[in-house]
Amino acid sequence: MNNSYMPFRSEILEVIKHADVEYTFRMSYDRGDTHPVKPGQFFEISIPKYGEAPISVSGITDHSLDFTIRRVGSLTEEIFENYVGGHFFMRGPYGNGFDVNIFKGKEIVLITGGSGLSPVHGVIDYFADHMDECKSLNIISGFKSPDDILFRDDLKRWIADGMNFIYTVDAAPEGYEGNVGLVTQYIPQLPLKDFDNAIAVVVGPPMMIKFSIQELLKIGFDEEKIWLSESRKMCCGLGKCGHCRIGELYVCQDGPVFKYTTVRSFID
Amino acid sequence: MGYAVSLEKFQTVFDSWRKKYDVYAPKVFEGTGRFSETDVVRYGKVTDLADIDWNDRSEYSFKDILLPLSQTLLYFTEHGMTESEGPTRGTIVFLRSCDLHAVKRLDYMFLENGPEDSYYKRVRDGLKFVLMGCDHDFDGCFCVSMGTNVSTDYDAAVNVRSGGFEIDCKDPELAQAFLDMGAAEADVTPDAVMENSLTVKVPENLTSAVAKSSIWDEYDKRCIKCGRCTVACPTCTCWSMQDLFYTENGQAGERRRVQASCMIDGYTEVAGGLCFRKKAGERMRFKVLHKVLDFKKRSGFQMCVGCGRCDAICPEYISFTHCVEKLEAGMKEVSGHE
Ligand SMILES: Cc1cc2nc3c(=O)[nH]c(=O)nc-3n(C[C@H](O)[C@H](O)[C@H](O)COP(=O)(O)OP(=O)(O)OC[C@H]3O[C@@H](n4cnc5c(N)ncnc54)[C@H](O)[C@@H]3O)c2cc1C
Ligand code: SF4
Ligand code: SF4
Ligand code: FES
Repeated sequence: MNNSYMPFRSEILEVIKHADVEYTFRMSYDRGDTHPVKPGQFFEISIPKYGEAPISVSGITDHSLDFTIRRVGSLTEEIFENYVGGHFFMRGPYGNGFDVNIFKGKEIVLITGGSGLSPVHGVIDYFADHMDECKSLNIISGFKSPDDILFRDDLKRWIADGMNFIYTVDAAPEGYEGNVGLVTQYIPQLPLKDFDNAIAVVVGPPMMIKFSIQELLKIGFDEEKIWLSESRKMCCGLGKCGHCRIGELYVCQDGPVFKYTTVRSFID
Repeated sequence: MGYAVSLEKFQTVFDSWRKKYDVYAPKVFEGTGRFSETDVVRYGKVTDLADIDWNDRSEYSFKDILLPLSQTLLYFTEHGMTESEGPTRGTIVFLRSCDLHAVKRLDYMFLENGPEDSYYKRVRDGLKFVLMGCDHDFDGCFCVSMGTNVSTDYDAAVNVRSGGFEIDCKDPELAQAFLDMGAAEADVTPDAVMENSLTVKVPENLTSAVAKSSIWDEYDKRCIKCGRCTVACPTCTCWSMQDLFYTENGQAGERRRVQASCMIDGYTEVAGGLCFRKKAGERMRFKVLHKVLDFKKRSGFQMCVGCGRCDAICPEYISFTHCVEKLEAGMKEVSGHE
C-alpha cells in the first residue's frame, strides 16, 4: 500500500549556521528522478516522538536539498539539539512551488522578510546561473537585526553575479554600516523599466506581505503580476487534515504559492 | 433482490453476516448521556440484532469507524518506523440515508482531495453499508432540503415492519444468507422521508462576501468553542498529528492522528503565536460556510447532509440551521454596502 505518511530517511551532509537560532541543514536526496523538487515547495520534516513540521526547500542540487530552519518550538529545538550530524526523516515534496518559466525574460522583483528568503532561494540560484534568461533580477530582503541575516555567503556571491540585491535590517546597533529600515522603503527605488514585463514575488510574515504589496501597487505594478507564498498551520501536506484551508482552497495543495489576485479575497 | 423475513430469520441472516464481518450500528448506551442518568445513542459493535436501536437518530455518527477519535499511523522502533496494522475483517455499518450521503463527503476528502489516504482506504475497502429506512424523520432533520433523504448506493436496505423486516439486498455476498434459507422474495423500496417539518434554504446568491456581514457577531458571546458540533457532524473530518513516546529513554513511540475541530482553540495556531479566527463568530462563519459553500465550490456537492446533529448537541442551543437561514439577510447586508 502506498502510504503517504511514511517518511524516508535522509542524512545530514552539512550544517550551515546563519545565526544562533537559524541553521541550514543540507540533506541527502536521491529521489530527484521520481520526485523532482521545485523552489517554493516544502517537506514535512519528521522527527519520531516530536512530530512533523512543514519546512520549505531553500536549495536544490542533484543529490541534496537544503532546509533553513528557525528554532522556535519543541520540534525545531530537538532538531538543533540532537540531530546536528545525524539524520532526519521527511516526506514530500508538497505544494505547487515556483515555476521558473514564469520569470523568464522578465524584470524580476523578489521581496522577502526573514526566512521568507528560503522559498525563493532556488529561484535566485537558477537565475544567478542563467542571468541571460531574465531582463533583470532585483531583490529586497529584510531581516530583524544584523545577527538575523541569512545566507551571508550567498548574498556576497549574488551581488558579485550582478543582481540588484538590497538587504536591510529593521534595526541595528550604532555603527552598523548596512541598510537600516523596512523593505517597503526600498520598493520605490526599484529600477523598473516596463511594468508590463515585470513580475514580483513577496514572501514573509503577513504584515510585511500586506504592506509590500500596497507599495508595489503604488509604484505602478500590475496586480496580476504579483505572486506570494502563504503560510498556515499544516498537519499533513496532503489535503487531508484540513488545517490549512482558506475558503475552497487548501494552501498545502493549491499553494503555498498563489497569485495576489487569487489571495486578495481570502478571508481566514 | 428484495426479501420479507421474520425477526428470527433476519437474526439468522445477521448471524451469518457476523461470521465474516463485524457489525456496527446505533445502540443505546444507558446512563452515559449528556445529562446525568440519561441514555445516549451512538455507534457501537453489535452482536445481536436486538442491540440495534431502530427508533432514534444517533447523537454521534458512524464516522469514527473511518476516522477514529485517535488512530495510530506509525510505530517508532529503534530501527525505524513501521506502519500500524489494518483491519483483518470487514465491517458492516447500519446507517440512515443522510449518513450514507455523508460517506460520499468522507470519500471525497480522503480519496480525492490530494493523494489517496491509505489508512482510510484500507478500512473503506472492507465496508458494507446497510441502509436503515426512515419511515419518519426526527426533531431537526432537514435531509430533504439537502437532497440526502433518498439513497440508492447501499449494499442492503432494511425496513422495519410489524412482525418482521423487509430487506433489499444488492450485494451478492450479503444476499447469500437469504438464498440459503429460501427467504420469501418481495418488492422492497427503502423507506424514505419525502418531507421534513424543517426546511432550510441555502441562498442561491451566497458568496464568501457574507463573511463580512454582522450575522456572525452574536456567536462571539454565545458559542463557548467546545467543538461538540464538529464531533457530532458526520462530515467534519479535520485531524491533527500527534507523537507519543512510551519509555523514559524515548526509544519507542507512535504517531497518531486525532480528530480536531476548527471551533477549538489551537486549530490554526503556529509557532510565534500567529493565530487566525480568535473569535467564536469567526469560527462559526468558517464552519458554516464550509458546510454550505466552500466544500461545494471544490467538490461540486454540498457538504452538509442535513442530519440535524449539530443543533441537537450544542450545549448553548446554537442552531446551525438558524444560522443558514440568516445567510440571506447577511448577503443583503453586504451587497447593500457595495
Ligand atoms: C509552507 C510552510 C513552509 C515553512 N517553511 C519554513 C522554513 O523554511 N523554515 C522554518 O524555520 N520554518 C518554516 N515554516 C514554519 C515551521 O513549520 C514552524 O516554525 C514549525 O512547525 C515549528 O515547529 P515546532 O514544533 O518547533 O514549534 P512549536 O511551536 O512547538 O509547534 C507546535 C506545533 O504547532 C505546529 N506548528 C507550529 N508552527 C507551524 C507552522 N508555521 N505551520 C504549521 N504548523 C506549525 C507544529 O506542527 C507543532 O506540532 C514553514 C511553515 C509552512 C506552513
Ligand atoms: S456552536 Fe455550540 S457545540 Fe459548536 S463549538 Fe459553539 S458552543 Fe460548542
Ligand atoms: S453541519 Fe450539522 S446538520 Fe449538517 S451534516 Fe454536520 S451535523 Fe449534520
Ligand atoms: S496541511 Fe493538511 S490539508 Fe493542508
